[in-house]
Amino acid sequence: MHIPDGFIDIPTSATFAAVAAVGVAASLKGAARSLDEKTAPLAGLTATFIFAVQMLNFPVAAGTSGHLIGGALAAILVGPYVATLSLTVVLLLQALLFADGGLTALGLSVFNMSLLGVWVGYGAFLLARKVLPKNKVSITAGAFFAGLVSVPVAALGFVLQYAIGANATFSLTTVFTAMFGTHVLIGIGEGIITGLSVSAVMASRPDLVFGYRGIKKNLEIREVHK
Amino acid sequence: MKNPLVVSGLVLSLVLAGGVSYYASSQPDGLEKVAGDIGFLDSAKESAVEDGPLAGYGVAGVENERISGGLAGVIGVASTAAVSFGLFYALRRFKKDQL
Repeated sequence: MHIPDGFIDIPTSATFAAVAAVGVAASLKGAARSLDEKTAPLAGLTATFIFAVQMLNFPVAAGTSGHLIGGALAAILVGPYVATLSLTVVLLLQALLFADGGLTALGLSVFNMSLLGVWVGYGAFLLARKVLPKNKVSITAGAFFAGLVSVPVAALGFVLQYAIGANATFSLTTVFTAMFGTHVLIGIGEGIITGLSVSAVMASRPDLVFGYRGIKKNLEIREVHK
Repeated sequence: MKNPLVVSGLVLSLVLAGGVSYYASSQPDGLEKVAGDIGFLDSAKESAVEDGPLAGYGVAGVENERISGGLAGVIGVASTAAVSFGLFYALRRFKKDQL
């Protein structure tokens, strides 16, 4: 979902770049508060792993592929602020080094993936965690759900940008339907990879998983009361 | 860095980007496919770094596709690790200085 230059006009791209910059600045502040000796290495690993897995396009439907975005994954592992920064580092390097996504379109992509993908994914995870029983399996299930939801939402970000400033003139309904439908399918892959990755970290270092912290505390309190 | 999770995760990232990526689907991604089907794909402009040495996840001048793509993946993993670990350790230190 890396937007090339030219799809969206410059004023719209600049506006979204400004919004993205505010989001990234707020995340720098938030991340500085949450990072410590234990979480900083996991944060670096999360960004690096997402870069690697974004190279692995999987087939979704006839003639279409998708790849992990990783916004929900990063948010669950290291928290939404650090996740926003992780995704932004990945998108920045992809655009600068690999010409993957345009340079003037970078703000659009950061808005869709580093902000919408991360924060809506994290919201979906918190919702799932609230509804599901408080155990480790629910963390994996919530991760699947968060990944699944985050992709079509990020795609809707593009539809919004298209509505405001597309250089082309095709009907918005057509773009909406195609983008949403395709990205629900890609979202299933995102959910599976997010669930598998979170469960792998949960199996080795559950203490490091940001999205598991509150729950773990509750379990410990319950044990003390027994 | 004594954390085995981080070490194994970084090794896995190198293997995925440097080796497994060769087998990734080369079909257009969701946005590109939609843009092509509907007809606005040709409004895309070339990136300013389209002629860069790593553009398109390959190393310029390396003929063998597997080596070119794998090398680009390894460089990407190393760059992402350098920037992200650098940023997150710097932020952590920044917090410490504030206390």
